Amino acid sequence: MGLVLTDGAVVAVVVLGVVAVIAGIAVFVVDSMARATFALLASFLAVAGVFLVLDLTYLAVVTALMMTIEMAIMVVFMIMFMMNPAGLMPMTMVHNARGSAAVGAAVFAVITVAVWTVDWPPRAGTPPEDSTRQLGEAIMGSDMLVMIVIGVGLFATMVAGTVLATHRGRYDRFGADLDASRPDDPVRGGMPR
Amino acid sequence: MTDTVVLQLLLTVAAALIGVGVFGALSQQSIVMVMMGIELIVNGVLVAAASAWFFLAPERPDGQVLVVVALVVMAVEMVMGFAATIAIYRARKVDMVDMATELRG
Repeated sequence: MGLVLTDGAVVAVVVLGVVAVIAGIAVFVVDSMARATFALLASFLAVAGVFLVLDLTYLAVVTALMMTIEMAIMVVFMIMFMMNPAGLMPMTMVHNARGSAAVGAAVFAVITVAVWTVDWPPRAGTPPEDSTRQLGEAIMGSDMLVMIVIGVGLFATMVAGTVLATHRGRYDRFGADLDASRPDDPVRGGMPR
Repeated sequence: MTDTVVLQLLLTVAAALIGVGVFGALSQQSIVMVMMGIELIVNGVLVAAASAWFFLAPERPDGQVLVVVALVVMAVEMVMGFAATIAIYRARKVDMVDMATELRG
């Protein structure tokens, strides 16, 4: 099998891949929740760069934009929930680190051995001129069921996430028909809790 | 260097991301950091799916569709993770996995 990528492109994907892994390791090494979030963002951006080299322009842009926004939201949650957001002191919040490292290394080893021992088939066909068109035609045609399931799944996620995250509302306090004369609160006093 | 070797290098990168993610998801005490570990695992799936599409079957869109599905899984995971974190914090003031022991047998 010949080489479909140029030498420069091969170097680019390898360097970006190494950057993605180093940034991924940094997530669990740095002393600040905010820095960990931005290390994860760096890992995602490196993967978006790999997508760009592999002619997946649309997915690269989607990944970069989506992950930038997601990490911006995540950093807010970090500061809300976590101690030490600024990394002013050493931060170690782990349990069974040695066992976890062993499991992680074992997973890496098993997949890597499989990757380097499998007899990979030759490339079937060539990439389309416009990979975005190929994806668009797939999700609006042959793979439309996937998009339908994704749509229903995202809608269910929005509803379930909102229900989980909101305070007790008037239906919790006054019943499904809102006809209770007194609110059913765990603590009396009239505040909506 | 052949295409197969480049594919194997990229899949090794994916394996490393998945391994680091597994370590993070298992070792971290903070719920938010556990979610970051899971995101790294899905990040590895993204790399593997994209490289499989490019080096094995670029004429078929399935690899790209798998990338889209993985991105959606990532978004769903984050939404439900944060919603559950807010719910459990509101109910029990718990933000570490070691403190969430209600279901322990």
